[in-house]
Amino acid sequence: MPQIGKAAPAYRRVVAGILGSPGGSAEVARLEDVTVAVHRTPVLHGLDLRLAAGEVLGVLGANGSGKTTLLQVLATLVAPSAGRGQVLGSELGTPGTATARRRIALVGHVPALYGPLTLAENLRFVARLSGRDEQAANGALAAVGLGGAARRRAESCSQGMQRRADLARVLLAEPSLLLLDEVHAGLDRDAVPLVDAVVARVRARGGAAVLVSHEPDRLVGLVDRLVRIVDGRAEPVGDFP
Amino acid sequence: MTAATVSPLGLCLVLARKDLRLERRAGEALLVTAPFGATALLLAPLAVGTDTPLLRELGPALYWLVVLLFGVLVTLRASAVDGPAQVAMLRLAGVGARVRLAGRTLANGVLLLGFQLLLAPVAVLLYDPDLTGWPWLLPVFVLVAAGLAVLGALADALAAGLAGRTALGPLLVAPLAVPLLIGATGVLQAARYGRPPWPWLLLLATVDLVAALLAAWCAPHLEDRT
Repeated sequence: MPQIGKAAPAYRRVVAGILGSPGGSAEVARLEDVTVAVHRTPVLHGLDLRLAAGEVLGVLGANGSGKTTLLQVLATLVAPSAGRGQVLGSELGTPGTATARRRIALVGHVPALYGPLTLAENLRFVARLSGRDEQAANGALAAVGLGGAARRRAESCSQGMQRRADLARVLLAEPSLLLLDEVHAGLDRDAVPLVDAVVARVRARGGAAVLVSHEPDRLVGLVDRLVRIVDGRAEPVGDFP
Repeated sequence: MTAATVSPLGLCLVLARKDLRLERRAGEALLVTAPFGATALLLAPLAVGTDTPLLRELGPALYWLVVLLFGVLVTLRASAVDGPAQVAMLRLAGVGARVRLAGRTLANGVLLLGFQLLLAPVAVLLYDPDLTGWPWLLPVFVLVAAGLAVLGALADALAAGLAGRTALGPLLVAPLAVPLLIGATGVLQAARYGRPPWPWLLLLATVDLVAALLAAWCAPHLEDRT
């Protein structure tokens, strides 16, 4: 479990509220000899990866090594050009992945917000898409400390606020597989425990998370194990570099 | 927080509502493109001069020409563009390519109807056309808006992410929309001369149907490009 005891007081209550009850123990994702080419250039090559339920995996790698592509494969948004894999019980590259997708949340480099819409409108839009109560959107915004900024347009919010709004989207989605790409970038120090709390929430519900980061320090205490993408393959990292 | 299954129609309505809200904030279609279209309608009389009979004759055709060319710009408005992050979010929310295209088409259709209704009084004022059989315009407005909305949404999806999107879009749509132009002007001509306008309406409906089928077929392939 993440170290949340040192969280800023304002977030302690949030963290406590976000944490849930433990869940199952099945395998969440398995990639076998997966190759992915982007614009005909192989990015991942013969990659093997297993992700157990309740596990939090850290992914390191140089720029352009394929970290983001790996997240997209796990999100079922990019199908492998070779190899095979399963995510949440669905075989990659088959129509079955459509079912799995609803249980996956991806927070990428760029927040998935519509700039001219307010933060509340953005979250309500996500709630409507997933058939959730629109009031849950306000609750999720409050949970990430943005209750007071709900009526601000996303385009007028700081990068950190947009990041937090994206985390609120994750809270709404209640995913079984959480994929975070450089999620700490742009977040202020006080908001960092939110990431820990969101990850802990997914883990506690029996899900799994994959965190990509340039900065290994950010992942200390948050992940169970680390891999580094080298030459398109995932190599285990014994200890934090 | 419990989730309920949202039907494709429900998703389509949610997407269209979001697009219309974005347009309301940006004002691209009705506050920028519509006045631009009205200006284009004004330029023709300035070029033709005071030849009132000629303007009356040309008026309806010029109106539909402006609706067609500027309507494509309405469908390609920048505020409706989903970036990769938004597309990924939508796909993970279970919104398939067909539903995304349908949502965009619905919003396009509503905006194009508004666009046509805003330009119609301008055309009447400038060209003083013969309005015999004007009630036939009502189904024509709907059918032209629907056809152009589908074609525009499809062209936008095809040109997504390309540098020349705003130029390529009209280039893709304009040739396909020619039957809409012919049908729309044909309906008014037929009504004016007391002929049944049904064949022209049928042409418009056929174009709409073919465009919708083409879009439904193309949508999953467009998603596969990723």
